[in-house]
Amino acid sequence: MKLSINNEVHDVEADGDTPLLWVIRDNLGLTGTKYGCGLAQCGACSVMVDGVVTRSCVTPIDSVEGREITTIEAIENDPVGKRVVEKWVEYQVPQCGYCQSGQVMAATALLRETQNPTEDDVAAAMVNLCRCGTYNAIHAAVKDLAGEKGGA
Amino acid sequence: MTNNKDNRPVTREDFPSGAPVNISRRRFLLASAGATAGALVLGFGLPIGPARAAQGSEQITPGTRVPAFLEIRPDNTIRLQSPFVEGGQGVFTAMAQIVGEELDADPESFVVEVAPAGSDYLLINNKIRITGGSNSVRSSYSTMRKLGASARLMLLQAAAGRLNVPIAQLKTEPGYVINTSSGEKVSYGSLAKDALDLSVPDGNSVELRDPSTFRWIGKPLKRLDILDKSTGKAIYSIDCTVEGMVQAAVQHAPRLGLDVGRILNEADVSAMKGVMSVHRLPGAVAVVAERWWNAKIAAEALQVEWVKRDDKDAKYRYMPDDFSSAAFSDRLANEESKGITAEEEGDVNSALSDAATVVEATYRNQFLHHGQLEPPSTLARFNEDGSLDIWMPNQAPEQFQSTIAKITGLEASQINIHSPMLGGFFGRHFLYPEANPFPQAIQLAKEVGRPVKVIWSREEEFLRDPLRPMAAVRFRGGLDADGMPVAIEAISATEGPTESLTGHNPDSLDPLALEGLTGKTYAIADRRIAQVYVKTPAMLAYWRSVGHSMNDFFYETFLDELADKGSQDPYELRLKLLKDNKRLTHLLKAVGELSGGWKRGPFTAEDGTTRARGVGMASPFGSETAAIAEVSMKNGQVIVHDIWEAIDPGSIVNPAIIEAQVKSAAALGLSQILMEEVIYEKGEPAARNYDLYPILRPDQMPNVHVRVVESGAKMGGVGEPGLPPVLPAVANAVSTLTGQRVREMPLRKLRLES
Repeated sequence: MKLSINNEVHDVEADGDTPLLWVIRDNLGLTGTKYGCGLAQCGACSVMVDGVVTRSCVTPIDSVEGREITTIEAIENDPVGKRVVEKWVEYQVPQCGYCQSGQVMAATALLRETQNPTEDDVAAAMVNLCRCGTYNAIHAAVKDLAGEKGGA
Repeated sequence: MTNNKDNRPVTREDFPSGAPVNISRRRFLLASAGATAGALVLGFGLPIGPARAAQGSEQITPGTRVPAFLEIRPDNTIRLQSPFVEGGQGVFTAMAQIVGEELDADPESFVVEVAPAGSDYLLINNKIRITGGSNSVRSSYSTMRKLGASARLMLLQAAAGRLNVPIAQLKTEPGYVINTSSGEKVSYGSLAKDALDLSVPDGNSVELRDPSTFRWIGKPLKRLDILDKSTGKAIYSIDCTVEGMVQAAVQHAPRLGLDVGRILNEADVSAMKGVMSVHRLPGAVAVVAERWWNAKIAAEALQVEWVKRDDKDAKYRYMPDDFSSAAFSDRLANEESKGITAEEEGDVNSALSDAATVVEATYRNQFLHHGQLEPPSTLARFNEDGSLDIWMPNQAPEQFQSTIAKITGLEASQINIHSPMLGGFFGRHFLYPEANPFPQAIQLAKEVGRPVKVIWSREEEFLRDPLRPMAAVRFRGGLDADGMPVAIEAISATEGPTESLTGHNPDSLDPLALEGLTGKTYAIADRRIAQVYVKTPAMLAYWRSVGHSMNDFFYETFLDELADKGSQDPYELRLKLLKDNKRLTHLLKAVGELSGGWKRGPFTAEDGTTRARGVGMASPFGSETAAIAEVSMKNGQVIVHDIWEAIDPGSIVNPAIIEAQVKSAAALGLSQILMEEVIYEKGEPAARNYDLYPILRPDQMPNVHVRVVESGAKMGGVGEPGLPPVLPAVANAVSTLTGQRVREMPLRKLRLES
């Protein structure tokens, strides 16, 4: 099966029902996308499919054939993603960092879709779990990106 | 600055000590990762090698041998071997700040990774090495300063030889030695090789910087690992790969103490896509495949008849098939014995009989998962020379090495422990019998003759995760005629994590079982804190802030219960009980001020909701903390709007990291009090994933406001102390708001009405 990931087409040998997450990690060796729960509960596996944030742990690869998949490895090639990463650094968001690929993906997808998201937009989009509890810093960074200096 | 420029585990081969390396491949990898080619890898400075680090261990004073810790490269970057594992707590950055300050090198020029196992790194009391107990910085602060100062002196000596001038004529500025007469500058990187040939000066005789001149210690430096973690480049154990590696998934027995009897469908599973082999492990079956997903599907498909394991000397606990966490909690609460005294002042019995009012209540807590987002994994590779390389999440490399030596028969020196970044830990990655995947990875690597990486699915993790202990505490409190507490007795029926792991000694107590009931500083004249030991059928573990994670909840909520009974304001009561303790009085006033002045409520907020505030304090891990929480209720559920928290860790290294750690600890504490609970029925956990074991979500996170108070007292811990006071602050606010006492956690299961 041919999958377009980070603007490169890969010929992938895997069954169609294999979760995209494991093809990204194991077949392609892109380990920035993380496994946390396998049930679309935590969001650590978030990638973008045609710009829409998607939980790759429950996304069979045959459902994304012919679509453009973006993983964290290519995030800085996206102008919005680059800004998100810069703010993640400025706000010193990550702690253990394990969920942060997914958080950056979620923030990037939100801001690509909505340049100036409202508080409700942010709350609806930034739902990934963080066991280190970096939620205040995530919120402050996203609010800043949304054009409003975030206070935590 | 990064410590991984490509998507491979950090291995010693990445850092040549003068040996030839495959430059072209490295260049390719670095270039593809966007790094300046050769920037980090062509170092021939002070080489760090396992032989060098491990030789003559009987002679080693931990933390003194500069070459075991530092490599200074020609480009003036500095590779530091951290004795402590990084799992989000910021210790890599703190180590670079401390060493850099004395070495006179900008912490931003540091590349930090975890040191291999070895006697050089046993920095806690010169005996052990763990990343835990909020011990890292406070236990190593002085040693790491001396180490940096010793290294600086070696570089000065090398420069004196090279420039043929007396050392007194030299000074340093970050990364360089300067000849003060000629102005000539020599980089550390160019001196490193000469410095290596010098003997390491006695760290106790080197001059340390005057703290008033610190440039990096005490400053809110940015963390060294943030960019990598924001771009997916940080490498965790689960990400590690080596050439020729295969992957394994396991299916654990539903209860500990069961072994594989028959596998009913082994042939069918062996024929499943990608499956290479099926294996029987102690208490589990495993499937090996090239791809983990194939292994997982197959491992879950195995139909196993589990049989009782005949293992009388086992270190794990045989989980009975009728174990119920709810019944166990009742059993603890109904314990009637007086227990063994841990702390006693005065005569609590006569004080209680003289008291104007006596209050009695029993408080309870719940089992908890660690819930670190990275599921456990281990990659094991046997090498041609018989040695073993192993990558795994761990908080104690030498302890893991020593255990692996026992199970493999290898010498410790043949076992290379790699400790990648931890995707959260919170106490999860100590040695726990049957709860670490490394024995499985080792056995499988032997059986298949290739490197094997075992990953536990979230479901297998929640089945084997050892739990935060459970307790029931019977309190008796006495009030005088003015409503002031004069006596308190707390008898906890529980088991501490250490005694659960090393064996209960009837003649001594596990201090971690009661910390937070013990060690309280309120001026209550007559008191007795005691434990009734009750063995828990489940495996127990350390969990962020350990005993404090539950005991300060018990004590501080009961204190509010006493305050209510005596018609005292809980904040004012605490100030009265602490009036002779300047440090805690200051801290409590600081958090009150941070919150805009103490107001208990209930009051009506601007948005029309009715809210109340609660306060809690704790003295965990050598630090002092106090928190105030503001809550409201919606549809019977508690909403926490704000938490104000003050921490006094005595003296500090990085205030920004401390603030981040307090927020993190507050979030985990909140998650515990609001919603978390591991429920066992019939010997099995009801929840095997986050769907049935919810943890704090972003929309449930309050604004956490932190004040760091630097009292100048002895340096305390940072990673854990922020957690304990949050629980009682929330519970006390809820009691004020609802008029109902909160005597157990989590709040989610209580029927609360506003």
